[in-house]
Amino acid sequence: MIKINQISKSYNENQAVKKISLKVNEGELFGLIGPDGAGKTTLMRILTTLLLPESGEAKMDGLDVVNDFKKIRHIVGYMPGRFSLYQDLSVEENLNFFATVFGTTVQENYDLIRDIYYQIEPFKNRRAGKLSGGMKQKLALSCALIHKPKILVLDEPTTGVDAVSRKEFWEMLKKLQKKGITILVSTPYMDEANLCDRVALIQKGELLNVDSPQRITEKFPRRIIQIRSDEMYRLINDLRAFEKAESVFAFGQFVHFTGINDDVETNELDIYLEKQNHNNIVVEEISPGIEDVFMSMQSNSK
Amino acid sequence: MEEIIKVKNLIKKFGSFTANDNLSFDVYKGEIFGFLGANGAGKTTAIRILCGLSSPTSGDVKVAGFDIYRETEKIKKNIGYMSQKFSLYEDLTVAENIRLYAGIYGIPPKKRKEKMAELLKKLEMENARNKLIAGLPLGWKQKLAFSVAIFHEPKIVFLDEPTGGVDPVTRRKFWDLIYEAASNGITVFVTTHYMDEAEYCDRVSIMDAGKIEALDTPAKLKERYNAKNMDEVFIKIAR
Repeated sequence: MIKINQISKSYNENQAVKKISLKVNEGELFGLIGPDGAGKTTLMRILTTLLLPESGEAKMDGLDVVNDFKKIRHIVGYMPGRFSLYQDLSVEENLNFFATVFGTTVQENYDLIRDIYYQIEPFKNRRAGKLSGGMKQKLALSCALIHKPKILVLDEPTTGVDAVSRKEFWEMLKKLQKKGITILVSTPYMDEANLCDRVALIQKGELLNVDSPQRITEKFPRRIIQIRSDEMYRLINDLRAFEKAESVFAFGQFVHFTGINDDVETNELDIYLEKQNHNNIVVEEISPGIEDVFMSMQSNSK
Repeated sequence: MEEIIKVKNLIKKFGSFTANDNLSFDVYKGEIFGFLGANGAGKTTAIRILCGLSSPTSGDVKVAGFDIYRETEKIKKNIGYMSQKFSLYEDLTVAENIRLYAGIYGIPPKKRKEKMAELLKKLEMENARNKLIAGLPLGWKQKLAFSVAIFHEPKIVFLDEPTGGVDPVTRRKFWDLIYEAASNGITVFVTTHYMDEAEYCDRVSIMDAGKIEALDTPAKLKERYNAKNMDEVFIKIAR
């Protein structure tokens, strides 16, 4: 459904996207996972025909992003990272406006947006600029869907959104996917990668890895040991001082430890931490998550 | 334990809307206090009050020993503040930003130079001292913004979503700075949407619809709500 072939784009000296090639299948929920400045937005703006690539080509449902830009705009719904609806128009006016621009009506495609729109319908006369963050996000999604697009492109829809609203948003995306819409979504939250069918890990304009979240973690060759004690900060410092430590990072209530050459055993660490007078020590080997993989790739690419 | 922030029956209304509905809590000296809640739960309103930028409708609030109604200027001198949205002047250089904040907080000129050199060295930003903030990577900006917020050695630092959008390694390096500040006795009051970061706090409060629904250590909260992690606790409370 989406075919990207050797796309590059620079802003002055800064190469934002470096020869990225990628395919997204029809009906797939595909995630672009990477931090600020990785090139996610640039890539999405090229795909939505808002930016010209410097080299390479890309096709959306067989249409070329440079030559067929007008046709693409009719089959793609785009939700930019920054809220970009008309703040001075009401909720209802915004929705009507976008429907009209695309030559359709709200009634015609109401089916598609009903689940999302009914939550903000009580506020339909309120100006968009006066909505809360979560409501703005729902309105923006409704507007991106109103012309019944084949492909939905969402640029960091959950950034700055609380954990509950984020969860609800992903549930909405799953429902849209079931209706046959191909979805390309970007996020800086690594935990959201697990909710996608496939993901591309992207950093500094380059693809680090493309696969299903499950396969990415399965293929990861390193051993991760998770450790806990009563004093988090001292634990991190002590583990970093351990001579065979390669990386030591906090992961929620645990610290994730990778040893040089992966030859550190859990009982070694246990003994070491006991010597350092830590209490309630837990040391266990675990299977890695997406965030472990990403962080390891990130430090290797430096 | 010494209380550095004392809040008793804090109420803040905007017209008929109650943004903070009878909040009572204490924050202890040197702790990392996580202040969580859904968007619109009333966190920003409460933080603005604690920073002396807004007056409560009613209630008793003391910050660093000073009264929130009568001693806001003294409060401002004893706290630091950093938010992701705004903290540094983009059109000024690194050195100019540090100098500006040092001046605002009244650090004597003699001490200023020495402290700036120290800071630039610690952040490994000596070569970037004359670069504009606008051109720096987000991770650097956040580190610098945090350092500037505690440059005058405040008793408390307020961090409003300090780590949004950065990569996982940078995010963790930022928490190293938070831990370091806390171990130096600075009380850290932090909001975040990353639930793994809630685990790094000594205690966490969770707000919903203007009220504090829960306040305890992450371990006790998980036990009480029978949850694997803070993400589950949060969802059980705020949904």
